Amino acid sequence: MDFLNAIILLLNYIFIPALTYGSQLALGAIFVTLIYGILRFANFATGDMMSFGTMVTILFTWYFQSIGISLGVLPTALIAIPFAILFMIIYMLFIDKFVFKYYRVNKSPPVQLAMVSIGVMFVTQAVVRIVIGPSDQRFFDGEKFIIKAREFKEMTGLNEGLALKSTQVLTIFVTIVLVSLLFWFLNKTKTGKSMKAYSDNEDLALLSGIDPKRIVMITWIIAGILATIGGALYGLDKSFKPFTYFNNMLPIFAAAIVGGIGNPFGAFLGGYVIAFSEIFLTYAYKKFFMYILPENMEPESLVQLLSTDYKFAVSFSILVIVLLYRPSGIFKGKVL
Amino acid sequence: MRKNLNVIAAYSIMMGLIILVGIFQSWNVALSIFNLCLISAVMTMGANIQWGYAGLINFGIMGYTALGGLAAVLISVDPVQEAWRAGGFDILMCLWLIIAMVFAIRFISKNFQKSKFRTYGIAAIIVIGIVIIRITAEPGIEAIEGVNPAKTGFLGGFGLPIIFSWIVGAFFAGGLAFIVGKVALGLRADYLAIATLLISEIVIAIIKHEDWLTRGVKNVIGLKRPAPYEVDLQTTEWFINLVEKFNSGKLALISNLADRQAALNQMVIEGSTVFVKLCYSGLFLIVVIVLLILTQKALYSPWGRMMRAIRDNEEAANAMGKNVVKQHLLIFILGSAIVGIAGAMLVTQDGLFTPGSYRPMRYTFLIWVMVIVGGSGNNFGAILGGFAVWFLWIEAAPISLFLINFFTAGMADNHVLKVHLIESVPYFRYLMMGLGLLLIMRYRPKGILPEKIEIK
Repeated sequence: MDFLNAIILLLNYIFIPALTYGSQLALGAIFVTLIYGILRFANFATGDMMSFGTMVTILFTWYFQSIGISLGVLPTALIAIPFAILFMIIYMLFIDKFVFKYYRVNKSPPVQLAMVSIGVMFVTQAVVRIVIGPSDQRFFDGEKFIIKAREFKEMTGLNEGLALKSTQVLTIFVTIVLVSLLFWFLNKTKTGKSMKAYSDNEDLALLSGIDPKRIVMITWIIAGILATIGGALYGLDKSFKPFTYFNNMLPIFAAAIVGGIGNPFGAFLGGYVIAFSEIFLTYAYKKFFMYILPENMEPESLVQLLSTDYKFAVSFSILVIVLLYRPSGIFKGKVL
Repeated sequence: MRKNLNVIAAYSIMMGLIILVGIFQSWNVALSIFNLCLISAVMTMGANIQWGYAGLINFGIMGYTALGGLAAVLISVDPVQEAWRAGGFDILMCLWLIIAMVFAIRFISKNFQKSKFRTYGIAAIIVIGIVIIRITAEPGIEAIEGVNPAKTGFLGGFGLPIIFSWIVGAFFAGGLAFIVGKVALGLRADYLAIATLLISEIVIAIIKHEDWLTRGVKNVIGLKRPAPYEVDLQTTEWFINLVEKFNSGKLALISNLADRQAALNQMVIEGSTVFVKLCYSGLFLIVVIVLLILTQKALYSPWGRMMRAIRDNEEAANAMGKNVVKQHLLIFILGSAIVGIAGAMLVTQDGLFTPGSYRPMRYTFLIWVMVIVGGSGNNFGAILGGFAVWFLWIEAAPISLFLINFFTAGMADNHVLKVHLIESVPYFRYLMMGLGLLLIMRYRPKGILPEKIEIK
């Protein structure tokens, strides 16, 4: 019984939260990696583009709520997301046309494009804060829990409860569907394959008749979809605050590089690597050991490897170690 | 003279703008803008040495600034004897352990050949070392943080004049840059940017949460000053006389004696804040001028030529026998050290150390906007960038308020859109910075004052 309790404890406090957080990071990391692989620059506006997409989702959600449309137990934001994606794609293509295109055509060095993306970051951040303000926004409605901790305890008779939030299930489910669709697109369709070819070797791809304009446009469209869904899921699960989105850019970058930048599958797994290690290393295992160890061996301290204050620092340290020992990432990405 | 006309013109416009602020808003505001402009200028000079001279991207400016600020705390605050007695021994033991660990790792990596076994050995030393350090430090840290937590709860510093911290801050930042450089300088440009950004976040996390050293988010307030205090000035004879002399014309107009005394008191209070700010301006100006002379000398020295050669063509410079790796590390340390000075200056001026206020937007990206806008590779450009961007950053709110009022003049005062826009005035500064950066990058990629190298 104690052993079961211990497992439920880990599931509740480590496994499910890490899986959710990892999915949110993974979507962002694929976004970063796609831009890096095809447009060849580190996009520092990632976090703010995601917050822009979420903002649009929130605005549509509010609109739908005001005219009385809802999905019952599911959050209304799900209807809003497709509209937000459309808006976001227009925004991405707009930015590309007026900002990034010039440097791409002139074949500027990647560093210059990264600097330009900082300009985009400032502008996007300003727009988000001017439109919706810098404070916390909650836009979740519908049923909050699938299983409540108390119900679970009553049902199974265990000491530990397992709480399953609907947003967690939603996040993991949507991520799996979206990522499978994306990999199917990249690996099986002609357009996806030509994108890969363009990413591997631009000159050869151009020689074989691939249209670079089309590739770039599709990349931005996919980026818009990923940014909106990733951002909206994060906002549903936690809450929407522009500053947190800006900060999330850092673990997202870490995930993309750990997975091997330019490699979408690596980025996907990188998200989970970062999320799990953050939570594994900062969780206090005292209760866990209390369940599995005999009574006289129970630990007195919290058995916490690092204090939760260092949550972000963990992912960055992993990144530094990866950069030192395996600069191309765990799953071979572009060589640095 | 003619060659430098654009430099002189740009600087005159900048000074003119600050003087206009002094006339229309107040001299107090103008001087605080000027002081922060000077500090920003030091930061941009640091970033410019790395980016403009050597083409290295350092997005970790925030970390070095914070370390400079930490130096100001550790130098100027009086030591907390009680805390030292309570936990000083444990902390010193940890310090020895860390040094021993570093030497052990160095010994292994020097005396054994590179192999899997060696890598695992080093990893084992680090992991075991961290565990041992944590066990030794835990009681000490708890004891230190328990000493009067509302007021101290940390070890304190050395109780020296705060001005020394400017040098110590440079050494702290340089030391960190040495470690970061050893780790990250081999990376390609954009990876270096990301790696330094993340490392600076780690530094901030440590400063924020190691309360025994920095008091963390509880902040350290009331640091010593290199300048006189306003309250002391207001009661000093010579200062009152000075203010009286300065304003004798205005005072003579007031005939009533009591009124004249009240007016004089008001002037003394205002004058004292301006005087203190002027003291800081003088100190900062000395730093900026000294650094400017040094960096200009370096730029035109053989060393500067070598740096530009390395920047423009690394392989060719390497083939000519220049040690690229070593020079990169050197310039990375020098630039970061200058940023460290700026960090210490900033804390000196504020008189308080708030680890929670170090955010990448303000201390990394804004500084980069300054470097790019001003002109990378040109010290005068970098300083001008620091001035112009900081000026805009502060004055963006009044400017945008004016623009909003101008464009929504036709609307009623309680119109939803107008109210919303006026509420979000503080965020227009981000918009201005972003648009400014994008426009400069597009139409004047080398900045307002581009790099110009004359070979004499």
